[in-house]
Amino acid sequence: MKKTEYKTIKEIAGPLLVVENVEDVTYGELVEITDSNGQKKNGQVLEAREGVAVVQVFEGTRDLDTKDTSVRFTGETMKVALSGEMIGRVFSGLGKPIDGNPDIIPEKKMDVNGLAINPTAREFPEEFIQTGVSAIDTMNTLVRGQKLPLFSEAGLPHNEIAAQIARQAKVLGKGESFAVIFAAMGITFEEAKFFMNDFERTGAMERMVAFINLADDPAIERIITPRIALTAAEYLAFEKGMHVLVILTDMTNYCEALREIAAARNEIPGRRGYPGYMYTDLANLYERAGKIKGKPGSVTQIPILTMPQGDISHPIPDLTGYITEGQIVVSKELHRNNIFPPIDVLPSLSRLMNEGIGAGKTREDHSGVANQMYSAYAQGRSLRDLVAVVGEEALSDLDKKFLIFAKSFEDKFITQSKNENRAIDTSLNIGWDLLSVLPKEELKKIKLEFIEKFLPKKND
Amino acid sequence: MKQGKIIKISGPVVTAAGLKGIKMYEVVRVGEQGLMGEVIELEGDTATIQVYEETTGIGPGDKVIATGAPLSIELGPGLLSNIYDGILRPLDLIKEQSGAFIARGVNVPSIDHNKKWKFKALAKKGGEVKQGQIIGEVKESETITHKILVPFGINGKIEQIKDVEGNLDTVIAKVKTKDGLKEITMVQKWPVRVPRPTQEKQEPTIPLVTGQRILDTFAPLAKGGTASIPGAFGTGKTVAQQSLAKWCDADIIVYIGCGERGNEMTDVLENFPKLKDPRTGKPLLNRTIIIANTSNMPVAAREASVYTGITLAEYYRDQGFAVALMADSTSRWAEAMREISGRLEEMPGEEGYPAYLSTRLSQFYERAGRVIALSGKEGSVSVIGAISPPGGDFSEPVTQGTLRVNKTFWALDKNLASMRHFPAINWLDSYSLYLDTVEGWYKENAGEDWRALRDKAMELLQKEEELQEIVQLVGPDALPVAERVVLEVTKIFREDFLQQNAYHEVDAFCSPRKQYFMLKIILHFYDQAMDAIKRKVPIDEINKLDVKNDIARMKEHPNETFEKHMEKIMEKIDKSFNKLGGGR
Repeated sequence: MKKTEYKTIKEIAGPLLVVENVEDVTYGELVEITDSNGQKKNGQVLEAREGVAVVQVFEGTRDLDTKDTSVRFTGETMKVALSGEMIGRVFSGLGKPIDGNPDIIPEKKMDVNGLAINPTAREFPEEFIQTGVSAIDTMNTLVRGQKLPLFSEAGLPHNEIAAQIARQAKVLGKGESFAVIFAAMGITFEEAKFFMNDFERTGAMERMVAFINLADDPAIERIITPRIALTAAEYLAFEKGMHVLVILTDMTNYCEALREIAAARNEIPGRRGYPGYMYTDLANLYERAGKIKGKPGSVTQIPILTMPQGDISHPIPDLTGYITEGQIVVSKELHRNNIFPPIDVLPSLSRLMNEGIGAGKTREDHSGVANQMYSAYAQGRSLRDLVAVVGEEALSDLDKKFLIFAKSFEDKFITQSKNENRAIDTSLNIGWDLLSVLPKEELKKIKLEFIEKFLPKKND
Repeated sequence: MKQGKIIKISGPVVTAAGLKGIKMYEVVRVGEQGLMGEVIELEGDTATIQVYEETTGIGPGDKVIATGAPLSIELGPGLLSNIYDGILRPLDLIKEQSGAFIARGVNVPSIDHNKKWKFKALAKKGGEVKQGQIIGEVKESETITHKILVPFGINGKIEQIKDVEGNLDTVIAKVKTKDGLKEITMVQKWPVRVPRPTQEKQEPTIPLVTGQRILDTFAPLAKGGTASIPGAFGTGKTVAQQSLAKWCDADIIVYIGCGERGNEMTDVLENFPKLKDPRTGKPLLNRTIIIANTSNMPVAAREASVYTGITLAEYYRDQGFAVALMADSTSRWAEAMREISGRLEEMPGEEGYPAYLSTRLSQFYERAGRVIALSGKEGSVSVIGAISPPGGDFSEPVTQGTLRVNKTFWALDKNLASMRHFPAINWLDSYSLYLDTVEGWYKENAGEDWRALRDKAMELLQKEEELQEIVQLVGPDALPVAERVVLEVTKIFREDFLQQNAYHEVDAFCSPRKQYFMLKIILHFYDQAMDAIKRKVPIDEINKLDVKNDIARMKEHPNETFEKHMEKIMEKIDKSFNKLGGGR
């Protein structure tokens, strides 16, 4: 362990310190900073030159000065202490307990940056996770080891959706151990409180680990929060054999923090001022989802991000969409119409859905029903635009049926209460009920044998 | 060996001093762990190095050792069926050493040096040989016979050569050169950033047959040509690349997963070994090399992965094979360049990409081509690159830089995909500039009037697009009869020609000759229909013709016996229309 303390800070700019006359500094090593009042802060070396180190300070540079503040390079990389005892606990964004209980006794320490999973060691995700939310289970199925983000906007109830998923998510017919890791980055106190209260009220806290970085906590800490959370997830999944669902919210705040550091370092910006390495940086987080051959556990991610101005081509949702396996889009329009959860299934997608559904996994008619509802709803929605122009009278009888379908799809299928945990069977049955409005010949995407078996028989 | 020390480190970019005389692109070993890096900038005796592995824990003062050689890979039998990372380290060997997660500083050989091969000499003792010539062969897999080439820089008289069974390092021949006696083994090295030389480049006149009607008939790619598949996320680029890999008539497939999803790569890795080569019935993996550098693997290795891939492709080309290289996705490669350029604090071009982006893109695509190799054999490298434009915006630098040098454009269309029209490639937006060069081949192998038929079909489809706009406004009944016939026939084209079922045992691959016959049948139907309406036959009568069902089912008729089948359908078309009669 290195002992030398330096009081040679040359410059403090934003979250960065430039320390001079240093020796033996390595890239990425952890730094301990003590201000003139004896307060300790943590940092990490971002750049090391001969005699000079650039350090990012996680807790922010407030109260630091260039005269008395001392800096010690620890020679270690950023590690997090891990143990099975973490479950049920609440930690800060840097992994310190903030629930009033003592520190955990570590069983293991792991580097927060993790390592890439060897593609030949991965197991392809195909186990259905029932979230109890029809719009997800039926239309955009989540599977174990997937990363499926919620694309939302300011003012929409994405937190409620996320909390509901965290509460209800389970794999059918198996008594395996399951944990939820909740990583909050820059969310408000109220939002954090909402999650905590909800988890405690419903007993979900017993299988939960929370890492909380609030809006008024240092922005730089947010760079580390998801890394700590994912390291804990990997530990619980691949060392303890648990199935871990990680909720990361809000990724937009994370990316802003990334941009803040890049700007403080005078880096050349890419699109909209975000650093050119943002794709790689995000991939290093999202790619930590997965399953590994021969290990029982899994890491599934639901990152939440708020799209600035609802713009899906903004760099944050865009780069995320290229890495994640689909997206669940939360819609302002549906929310305005009082539909909960306001999930717009048309732009939503789960790329791994086909592997996780069907006979033996969900139900044999699942794929057909989902395709049929998608296309009927799409048709109904485009007819709505037409009605706005020519009026409903101008439509054919068939078109009117599609309009009815679209409406009831939103009201009866998408809509459910915040506490309603709908089994996949129930969701599919509701789907059949709604589809029965349409003439049988229009159900082209479902196999005839399933129509015979599942379509409710009409009396007329 | 030159040794310097680090003076600055920031992420994957390291600056080292004291390396006088080191060359650009020379490979160095960094730090105690000997992490592999490459020189990308020189100033005096100070070198800037991009490191292929995570650099945490390395600091100023650590040593940097020059290896004296540029980034090179080993070439020889044993490459096929393997799965590599971006700098040609076999992923399964990495797994053996470091477990499920990829640790740093793993050093594994690219090709198994212990495996025994039966070398069969093709050159004779006393013969003169030049670099790049074939001196022997080994059976690399059930389907591929690997040619052993004289390494570059060796020209002279064979002193000794014989059939032997040995491993890669066994001496198979000795050649007397003006610099003395040289021993030849079955393995050689090649710097990845340098194109392998050839005797001459040739015009790409032979199509790369994919068996996909939309591609072969409307936007054909030539062997040795380049194509791009751009599309926003969710449009099915990866699926398109994979089905091309399965069906195209190249001898060797090099598949580069460059900066893509880990689970997606796993899907490829799990499925490729299961795929049967449609032509031999043997596993497709027997003639495939996969490079998998996922988005979270080191960015510098991602940058190198496309060069590694194309060098492998060129090596097999030089043995006389037709090689198809798929790069998914070139945008991730460009982003790797941007990231490294940013760390070098270079002045950025558009959207932060380095100003040399389009130069690099063109240099890469120029390595495609149909050539006469130094061995005298004819071979080709065709490159198919996927592009992931941010927000689906085609005006961005990577798409634009690629389109300038690429001659084939396959436009994936989200609307088609959501209408369940597969393959979801838009026929109007796609294009190929190889139409003229491959026309001769099609004349010979498909039919004399192939081009005329193809152009006529395209014209009708173009016309349909215009008509559809009118139909949206006034409905189809308001159109003149002749135009309604166009709509009917183009509907046949969409449903029975452009759509193709990748899972149907016959329809999955449609031979060029069958494609030609199908075109001929549909256009014959069109001609007859136009003729009939002139005779005042009502269009509803035409629409009711039973022969339309025969046309709809023809895609399921086997390629081999299709010619006979076509004659029957043609006859039936003629008969049906004759029966309709009209004013004759």
